[in-house]
Amino acid sequence: MTAYLKLDHIDKSFARGGQVSEVLKDIRLTIDKGEFVSIIGHSGCGKSTLLNLIAGLTKVSAGAVLLEDKEVDSPGPERAVVFQNHSLLPWLTVYENINLAVSKVFGSTKTRAERHDWIMRNLDLVQMAHARDKRPAEISGGMKQRVGIARALAMEPKILLLDEPFGALDALTRAHLQDAVMDIHSRLGSTTIMITHDVDEAVLLSDRIVMMTNGPAATVGEVLAVPLARPRRRVELSSDRTFLRCREAVLKFLYERHRFVEAAE
Amino acid sequence: MSIQAIEDTKVKAFPAPSEPSKVIAFAPKARRRFDPLAIVSKLASTLLPPAVVIVLLLVVWQVACSSPTASLPPPSQVWNEAYDLIAHPFFDNGPQDIGLAWRVLISLQRVAIGFGLAAIVGVALGALVGQSVWAMRGLDPVFQILRTVPPLAWLPLSLAAFRDSSPSAIFVIFITSIWPVIINTAVGVRNIPEDYRNVARILRLNQIEFFIKIMVPAAAPYIFTGLRIGIGLSWLAIVAAEMLTGGVGIGFFIWDAWNSSRLPDIIVALAYIGVTGFCLDRLVAAVGAFVTRGTTAK
Repeated sequence: MTAYLKLDHIDKSFARGGQVSEVLKDIRLTIDKGEFVSIIGHSGCGKSTLLNLIAGLTKVSAGAVLLEDKEVDSPGPERAVVFQNHSLLPWLTVYENINLAVSKVFGSTKTRAERHDWIMRNLDLVQMAHARDKRPAEISGGMKQRVGIARALAMEPKILLLDEPFGALDALTRAHLQDAVMDIHSRLGSTTIMITHDVDEAVLLSDRIVMMTNGPAATVGEVLAVPLARPRRRVELSSDRTFLRCREAVLKFLYERHRFVEAAE
Repeated sequence: MSIQAIEDTKVKAFPAPSEPSKVIAFAPKARRRFDPLAIVSKLASTLLPPAVVIVLLLVVWQVACSSPTASLPPPSQVWNEAYDLIAHPFFDNGPQDIGLAWRVLISLQRVAIGFGLAAIVGVALGALVGQSVWAMRGLDPVFQILRTVPPLAWLPLSLAAFRDSSPSAIFVIFITSIWPVIINTAVGVRNIPEDYRNVARILRLNQIEFFIKIMVPAAAPYIFTGLRIGIGLSWLAIVAAEMLTGGVGIGFFIWDAWNSSRLPDIIVALAYIGVTGFCLDRLVAAVGAFVTRGTTAK
């Protein structure tokens, strides 16, 4: 069986004024359809760069990103990104923000009424239908992120890319959104890649956790499968042996073997 | 094995002591739909200070210019001699004898054409300069030099090119007001957050869609700053240009009044120009505030 998404020996280096800094080195990873994979690592290890490479927003220096055996090197709606700071357009309402995506992606395949239904369906999915006529400035940070997720889902992507989607949220809102993402993942079975630096979040949500070594020239250190049955409930898991063991494995990787060295250049 | 079974009797949450909650009754809020006193006091606080200043200025002016040797007319004389112009802005007694409001409207028409063209061309050029590094490197030095040329310095050249006074005046407006529009639009486009560009790239918006749906709204606050500076400059330029080209605009009226020594008329015309310029500025600011609502909020 060939992999759904394959990261094939990817290198990425940035050249800045004669100096070439190597960010990612020899990244190899395959992801199956419907899988939820988290990428975790210390800040500056290049995990966001890796996500941008998969999204096509930056180009690989060597190697290739293969989606269903086809190389992707430019951004497109089949790899939708949920940005850390939501990136909603502030002059559009919630509905219009999603409509911008839907009318571009489905402008020729769906009728106006179908598009409207599709927008409302996605807003319902993140429980934001009540705020359809609000502007981003009028809703809370968690709600904006929900709309960001709805916009990405509305593109009906093959792969959903989440770039530290809950990083800017408080702990309680974050927990709510994690539950929402779990719920959506179980309903739609969307292949998802999430960047995070939160160990609990990674274990709770993922089927597999990809642990990155520290930069420069970061690579995949270990990959941990999380053998927890779904649906997962955070309160029950907080004392679950498997959960704690997975958590410990990630913590050991991050804080014992690949400790973050301040100002490591 | 570092994981121990969690069985800890020391950690125990106690239920919070419950106390019957009291109901505190608040007096119902007095709702006043219409409060004449409040409205009057609000109006007074906004209108009174400028009114006092104007009255003071008029008194000082009257005292300063009431000696028989004074070279400028006092306000009382302006009121008496130019009463026709003040009281009847819309009279029309033939080709060169028309009310000041008509003259202002004619000047405004020229400004509308010249400034309208400058706004369209300026936003387009600004978007180009903001978007493309090569366009910026090529065009920016030219813009920086041309924008320092005073408006009237363009007039002889445009008279030679157009061979008519009206298009020449319009060209002077255009060339005066276009620079701030170009420069501010370019800055606004350069400051579009990378995230918006990424959203556009993921959606595969084409150039035109990106321009209409992302670039113009995102840069709108900057564009309107440029437009506001531009309309101020064009109103400055039209009066000067009309003084030289003649015709029926408000600028020529001042020149004409000077040639026939009607100083009170000039003072009335100045008031018209000032009020009109103020209204133009506020108009563009209001349109900008309406169009960019929500844009600046994060």
